[in-house]
Amino acid sequence: MFIIVGERINTSRKNVREAVSNRDKTYIQQDVEKQQDSGANYIDVNAGARIGHEAEDMQWLIKVIREVVKIPLCFDSPDPNILKMAYDLVDEPPMINSISLEKERLNRMLPFLKGKNCKIVALCMDDAGLPTSAQDVIDRAEKLVCSLEDIGMQRDAIFIDPLIQPVSTNTSNALTVLDAVQGIMRKFPGVHTICGLSNISYGLPQRKIINRSFLSLLMASGLDAAILDPLDLNLMAVLRTTEMLLGKDDFCARYLKGVRAGKIQA
Amino acid sequence: MFDLEQMINTLIEGDESNLITLVRAALDQGMDAKRILNDGLIAGMDIVGAKMENDELFIPEVLMAAKAMSAGVEILKPFLSADDMGNRGIVVIGTVKGDLHDIGKNLVAMMLESAGLEVHNLGADVSPNQFLEVIKEKKAGMLCLSALLTTTMPMMKETIDAVTKKGLRKTIKIMVGGAPVTQNFADEIGADGYAPDAGSAVKLAKELLQLGSQKI
Repeated sequence: MFIIVGERINTSRKNVREAVSNRDKTYIQQDVEKQQDSGANYIDVNAGARIGHEAEDMQWLIKVIREVVKIPLCFDSPDPNILKMAYDLVDEPPMINSISLEKERLNRMLPFLKGKNCKIVALCMDDAGLPTSAQDVIDRAEKLVCSLEDIGMQRDAIFIDPLIQPVSTNTSNALTVLDAVQGIMRKFPGVHTICGLSNISYGLPQRKIINRSFLSLLMASGLDAAILDPLDLNLMAVLRTTEMLLGKDDFCARYLKGVRAGKIQA
Repeated sequence: MFDLEQMINTLIEGDESNLITLVRAALDQGMDAKRILNDGLIAGMDIVGAKMENDELFIPEVLMAAKAMSAGVEILKPFLSADDMGNRGIVVIGTVKGDLHDIGKNLVAMMLESAGLEVHNLGADVSPNQFLEVIKEKKAGMLCLSALLTTTMPMMKETIDAVTKKGLRKTIKIMVGGAPVTQNFADEIGADGYAPDAGSAVKLAKELLQLGSQKI
């Protein structure tokens, strides 16, 4: 089944930032309950936007979120120290977002991840920057899978992020990712692919229609996880419908349930 | 007299082949190359930048216009003196050390160049020393810093501090940008300005360099 990481608890969003700085527990708790009810499998927690407060904000968010939801969390920070701190605060295996091939980050994260029970988002980013072709993405994915398997991580725990670049700056950017996802899923059976969807539509109007269309294409290419807003009804409707079309919804049960609940409308 | 209005509109539409025809026609009719550059191409890109800021034009359209613009400039180059080309604001731009994002920064660089500035784009992951070297070598009047990660934002401050330490702060304007960057942060670290998008970056750069409406 497609894995949904709910993206809403991110302090770069104004309402969340205000709620965090006012320690408004109710706002955060209502939001994550809604995400859980809408089908999120993980709650992404990004506390990076208030510079100098990331550690305390992350700690507080973890505490108040865990009071109300049962689903695991996804710790979202480029800072290994924050990720380590967050990991120690939870019991259920979290998702760690993220590592990359950037040497400093990789060298600090691998020893920490060894023997840990968690999922890991691995970005196809290295010290040279963003990947430049589908093959480049696949080569980087291979290095990530090897490094992580070397320290004993299971394939099923690895979520490769091919890194989406805006279609507005280069019209082949979407195709590159589709080819890369297909290549990764074929070459490393059992591994997951994940992405932050909305990068694709940067710089264009009516972004949501682009995000929705792209999600469907990505799923057809084998993508099986995404960081997205589970409260976006239209996006979720496309997701559930596409799952059904790809033969991953026995007897169309989830689709029909969604229609009856008013969540899927033509 | 040749109609520059039509050239400007053709540029805004990103119609490269027609723009080339019009630039050639203007030269054939004896119009000064510098005037074509300033009142035609650069004036057109100013409008493109403003329209981008207002969400009337979008990135692909801006890229198309910039591509048409540089094709036009290529035709003008043989007719422009070193003085016409040299007497411009000089900008050094890059993404700070530890940060590899450069899509937005490249867009800003391209827009600044289209606005007639001399732009030295140092790429991503640029150390304070690398910035300093190029600033000195090119005698730059402006430094543009980009950061896309909250973890690399402090490197903007380090870079600015390095410029100050070298005694160059008084002779250079510093502009910062990138998704997590805010006006508050720009003020805190002692930058001269912050721009949220490429269109406003051009406007701000011209203001800071006091190029305003005056011709480059």
